[in-house]
Amino acid sequence: MRKHRIGQILYIIVCFTFFYLPILVTMIYSFNSSKSLTKFESFSLRWYENLFTSHDIMYAVWVSVSIAFLATIVSTILGTLTSIGLSKNRKILKEIIINVNNVPIMNPDIVTAIGLMILFSSIHMEKGYLTMLLAHIVFCTPYVITSVYPKVRGLDPNLANAAMDLGATPFQALTKVILPMLKEGIYAGVLLAFTMSFDDFVISYFVTGNGVSNISIIVYNMTKRTNPTINALSTIVILVIAITLILVNVIPNVAKRRKEHKSVT
Amino acid sequence: MSDVIIELKGLSKNFGDQQVLKGIDLNIHENEFLTLLGPSGCGKTTTLRIIAGFEEPSAGEVLFDGVDISKVPPYKREVNTVFQKYSLFPFMNVYDNVAFGLKIKKMDKNLIEHKVMKTLKLVGLEGFEKRDVTKLSGGQQQRVAIARALVNEPKILLLDEPLGALDAKLRKEMQVELKKIQQEVGITFIFVTHDQEEALSMSDTVVVMHEGIIQQVGTPEDIYNEPENRFVASFIGESNIIEATMIKDCLVAFDDYEFECVDKGFKNNEAVEVVIRPEDIDIVKPKNAKLRGKVKSIIFKGVHHEIVVGTKHRDYLIHTTDYYEPGLDVGLSFGPDDIHVMYRMDWETGGAE
Amino acid sequence: MKHYVKMVWPYVIWAALIIVLPLLLIILYSVTKNGNELVNIQFTLENFKRMTEPVYMAVFIKSFELGILSVVICLILGYLLAYFIAGFQEKVQNLLILLVTIPMWINTLLRTYAWISLLSDNGLINSFLEMIGLQPLNMMYTDFAVLIGLVSDLLPFMVIPIHTSLCKIDQSLIEASMDLGANRFQTFWRVTFKLSIPGVLNGVIMTFLLSISTFVIPKLLGGGQYTLIGNLIENQFISIGDWNFGSAISVILAIIILVSITLMKRIDKDEIEEE
Repeated sequence: MRKHRIGQILYIIVCFTFFYLPILVTMIYSFNSSKSLTKFESFSLRWYENLFTSHDIMYAVWVSVSIAFLATIVSTILGTLTSIGLSKNRKILKEIIINVNNVPIMNPDIVTAIGLMILFSSIHMEKGYLTMLLAHIVFCTPYVITSVYPKVRGLDPNLANAAMDLGATPFQALTKVILPMLKEGIYAGVLLAFTMSFDDFVISYFVTGNGVSNISIIVYNMTKRTNPTINALSTIVILVIAITLILVNVIPNVAKRRKEHKSVT
Repeated sequence: MSDVIIELKGLSKNFGDQQVLKGIDLNIHENEFLTLLGPSGCGKTTTLRIIAGFEEPSAGEVLFDGVDISKVPPYKREVNTVFQKYSLFPFMNVYDNVAFGLKIKKMDKNLIEHKVMKTLKLVGLEGFEKRDVTKLSGGQQQRVAIARALVNEPKILLLDEPLGALDAKLRKEMQVELKKIQQEVGITFIFVTHDQEEALSMSDTVVVMHEGIIQQVGTPEDIYNEPENRFVASFIGESNIIEATMIKDCLVAFDDYEFECVDKGFKNNEAVEVVIRPEDIDIVKPKNAKLRGKVKSIIFKGVHHEIVVGTKHRDYLIHTTDYYEPGLDVGLSFGPDDIHVMYRMDWETGGAE
Repeated sequence: MKHYVKMVWPYVIWAALIIVLPLLLIILYSVTKNGNELVNIQFTLENFKRMTEPVYMAVFIKSFELGILSVVICLILGYLLAYFIAGFQEKVQNLLILLVTIPMWINTLLRTYAWISLLSDNGLINSFLEMIGLQPLNMMYTDFAVLIGLVSDLLPFMVIPIHTSLCKIDQSLIEASMDLGANRFQTFWRVTFKLSIPGVLNGVIMTFLLSISTFVIPKLLGGGQYTLIGNLIENQFISIGDWNFGSAISVILAIIILVSITLMKRIDKDEIEEE
């Protein structure tokens, strides 16, 4: 039994090395003073300086963050309202919406991307920030719906009635009872939408224009030559995402434990 | 009786092509404990939901103090509901659940606290304010649900099978408690249940419903002792239901004999049905009775024995405290006021003729 | 809840305009020629015919080979990883799964870029090989590099669903199987594996979908000449400008994926019905 375990643990370590080694190397070499990817000469923040003084990269960071932010807000609202409305809808409409909703999830990104590209050019919409934002809402909303809708289905259908019975208008019932009940699903949707948007390359790449680039597009265009500035950018992005994820996973547990602790005492 | 508070007039409701209410007419009075009783699918819950405002009637009116409210949304009605599965707000504690309606009305904070505490005391949940509602027992959740509704001082409290999820012992306790609360707050309770015992023990008025139609309205005693048709008789407790012919007033014929009874107002020779409650039949010596038979089985039920006696035409069910050996020849005897004559039911439409 | 039924309408209109309409446009483009002007539409099947030319068939075959190969590798590596992880106590499991998940959230582009510094001719792996006295390998811009990139990108998508379905298995079933005389291997094969098939299929669908349509990984690790279906589509839209042909390839790609998903779902269903 023991021996078994050691083999398993070794295998898990190898797999994790496979996942994390490249990321780790990127991070380490972002602090290298030379341009080399093999020889670590000395510690320096040279590439970080480069990064923060590069107008293009800083603009791309702003595009990525602001689009992720706006797309998340819009798709969370749209997706949540749709999920709530969906649960009591006629069966046919419900199935059509759910199936259409699955299209952007199941379709390869590249097909979604060219579809939008053709759509925007057909209606002579100038490609740039706005087209990118619309495209991001397109692929983020389905993820919000897939995380919120199951929660809506799990709701006691009488909860809204109970609130209205006690004098709440339908709007008050929505904000005071239904939305708090869906909190977990909505948070999951927000997290998914934000990271999906922030990470996107394929769709952004096809629908943008006029010099509007996000982080992914900048990286794609700079990889023609090795460029340690990208390492610096990667390091920051990876750290931000990793820390967010860890916090998201740890905070609810800590809060829960604290609450349980409190209710015991 | 006191004033009418709710009047249902020709209430009908269709879900798709299914008609669940077929013209309900009913007066509900102030301070009345009224129970809608019937098997599942009889329309009792739909009636309640129409009074609460969760459903709109397809036809008919709901008059509240003489004003039609059938189009008024639930949040503008002076009625509150206790839901079948309580539907408490799981993310709020006991206090916030009970205070919900008052907070919506933007009532003064101190006043809210005063009212919430008073109501929690009424339902026996003092000291439970900060508890998590999801961690309460079924009975306690039930009390929170009642407090949450009562704190708003409704004119009518609607209760949708509220005891259904509780175990037998707790149910009995809550029945007594509910009755007590109703007398204390002095408002109308409309109670929905499929449990006839619950209905009989708590109510001032019982409304028996079946297939979207009211079968009988009356006091528990009326309903039990004078069922108007076979459905009511068989739904309320065990009984012997016998097809019979009304010879003339106070004389009914069945099983080859004529019996004296106390019922009048039927046509001569009208086909009727007769109900005799099992506890109203006495077992006597064969020579002292018109109906004779053999004891087929006897089961001890705690307080009484349940005996089946087979006669020439049918088996009779009898409850008695005495013991009779199976196989024994016995006679069955009952007095004129033990026989209840009912209109014969037309089962095709499910309604009384 | 029926008060809120109307809240679906904004999304219905939105979805019709910006999810369904683009799909119809792709289909329209794929069966017409000379661009997009609705005034003079000319229907043709030439775009599809052109795909049968050997140059393009080779691309399709290569994409399939690479896609299937990476799915198979992910399946083997991923199943083992998921199975081993599922053997730990719950707290450790949660941590390990979080560690598997984190790379999924990090930009594919950044992770693929990270491999360049390891795989390039004067990269870390080669300097390590040199250090221990071995011949340096030529890895960048080969199938091997693309495969490494694909597998590292897709592996989490295989591990997560398999782990989820392994966790759902009722432990008492395994005990029952052992109790009935099945040995470890028989129990694994006849009970555990069978019950984890829904997760396996989910993982296979996800990884196949992502691998067959990728164009970033081959471009970065396979070099400018390396062409898979995704690169072919990109070229038509970005550099060559033949949107009609590009749309036709996309239609075929979408059909391939739709058919594979349907097949997989059918296997899943049959499996369940068989039980």
